[in-house]
Amino acid sequence: MKERQVKPRPTATGKRLGDVPRVLIIGVGNPARGDDGVGIAVARALAAKRFANATVVEASGEGTTLTQLWQGAQTVILVDAVAVGAEPGTIHRIDARTQALPTDVFRGSSHSFGVAEAIELARALNQLPPRLVIYGIEGKSFESGIGLSPEVIGGARRVVGRIARGVREQRRRSLRPQPPPPILVAAR
Amino acid sequence: MKGKTTTTGKTHSTTIKVDYLARVEGEGSLYVKIKDDAVQDVQFKIFEPPRFFEAFLRGRKFTEAPDITARICGICPVAYQMSSVHAMEDALGVKVNGPLRALRRLLYCGEWIESHALHIYLLHAPDFLGYEDAIRMAKDYPGVVDRALKLKKVGNDLVTLVGGREIHPVNVRVGGFYRVPTKYEFAPLVERLKWAREAALETVRLTGGLPFPDFEQDYDFVALRHPDEYPFNEGRLVSNKGLDIAVREYENYFSEEHVRHSNALQSSLKQRGAYFVGPLARYSLNFDHLSPLAQEAAREAGLVPVVCNPFKSIVVRAVETLYACDEALRIIEAYERPDRPTVEVEPRAGTGYACTEAPRGILYHRYRLDARGLILDAKIVPPTAQNQKAIERDLWQFVSPRVKLSRENLTWQCEQAIRNYDPCISCATHFLKLELDRE
Repeated sequence: MKERQVKPRPTATGKRLGDVPRVLIIGVGNPARGDDGVGIAVARALAAKRFANATVVEASGEGTTLTQLWQGAQTVILVDAVAVGAEPGTIHRIDARTQALPTDVFRGSSHSFGVAEAIELARALNQLPPRLVIYGIEGKSFESGIGLSPEVIGGARRVVGRIARGVREQRRRSLRPQPPPPILVAAR
Repeated sequence: MKGKTTTTGKTHSTTIKVDYLARVEGEGSLYVKIKDDAVQDVQFKIFEPPRFFEAFLRGRKFTEAPDITARICGICPVAYQMSSVHAMEDALGVKVNGPLRALRRLLYCGEWIESHALHIYLLHAPDFLGYEDAIRMAKDYPGVVDRALKLKKVGNDLVTLVGGREIHPVNVRVGGFYRVPTKYEFAPLVERLKWAREAALETVRLTGGLPFPDFEQDYDFVALRHPDEYPFNEGRLVSNKGLDIAVREYENYFSEEHVRHSNALQSSLKQRGAYFVGPLARYSLNFDHLSPLAQEAAREAGLVPVVCNPFKSIVVRAVETLYACDEALRIIEAYERPDRPTVEVEPRAGTGYACTEAPRGILYHRYRLDARGLILDAKIVPPTAQNQKAIERDLWQFVSPRVKLSRENLTWQCEQAIRNYDPCISCATHFLKLELDRE
């Protein structure tokens, strides 16, 4: 798992970067099983963008590790391959706070305690992060071997674009000067 | 139960079929044939494609084996690393002692804690408490499941500190480590390990109070035995039926055969057949080497020093988790950082053998090296491959007196009987599916 540490430094608004709420991006998958590696590929592409306000990690999809990874995080984006029978490369966006996850959709790995189980377990324990968005990318082949199908690469590129825009937007919003607190006037 | 159940009904025959067993590691299935209320056939099938690890190790340098074999399993990578480094060191005439040896035990403690905590609470306990899965169990027992996650996390953090990374550690090398932690780095873990030891003690008490079916079997237990300590990396291979051999003699006493219904080779003890590896075997052959705290907790939980009921493996895992916490604390307390993280290793031609105690039982590795240290051939026998016959035999015995149970109930109990072994089928080939054929 790779993590990029950013040292806090002053910004134009006088805020320190360390104060900016960070987004945690988790790429899940096994690159040795074809399109199952798409989550990892997306994570690597996003890590290369070196966002000041995002941490990117790679994970195998083992459920309890995921619940630990997102502890304390406010915004979590998780990317994984799925197999629901849609066109390969199709992007499924799920807001995990409002939608229950079907436990048989995620390719994840052969692990019986995977992504969906981790999310549902965290929900049962009231330990879901305040914001948890899942991007599932429909895979085509999960056979042994390294490399993504062309359709899945297309899907991965679109997901990278969407997440990157979201992360940058969040940073702009958080760095915008806040309006001064309202002045309270005592009632006569 | 994740699989589906189907019925084909002739007048006298019923087929119950579950496509794959949930809460086991990997892809596989179980087929049980019942005719006139008697069990006719049991097949534990592993159908995940074989993984050819042994073949692609050929031509690689001896130094690469720990990192390549760690990839065989995401749950017990430390076991693969430990068996591979010890086998290489055996081939190269190197002995690793002192703090480096202790650090290897410590790394293994971390893996046992995380693997056992996962299996006890999230995969196995729902069976005993009557839940379909841990998520449903968590709604009624949030505190227990939360404790499980925290306990597992302590194991993960121990592996991260010593192994360099949580899954597929990168810090292990033939001869020692790439970097050894300072004593100071262990400080934050000590308090958490003390908490974990209490949590493990609670786990022993909790699991000891679960209801167990009456199912005592006469097993050939096989495990490592070391003169002074509960085994992780070293010792002789012993059984409760008189086996006592050096690890390098393994292939003289154990054989592997291919059976049509499984992608994983099935192991046998020559002339005897099925044997049993894993926590139950390890515990029953090494009870005297458990720490006093672990022994006392085991007795209080109602365990005797030799446990022959595989359903009680959940308690034994809890005892081993307790031991691992205790042992980790002992090692950390005695730890002095060595001057060098590794001992010198020079390539030479030779063959090396090692068995180490993976959470699921003995993991055998053998490598033949040429003078440049390139791997000529490799043999890897994972614990689940060794337990396949014992699993089939258990099911045979288990189903016989229960043939009159409803299909749904019987199916569920069979799955439970398989989970006693915490089978890691991805390691063995190497997924699970249950078919019940009733005539």
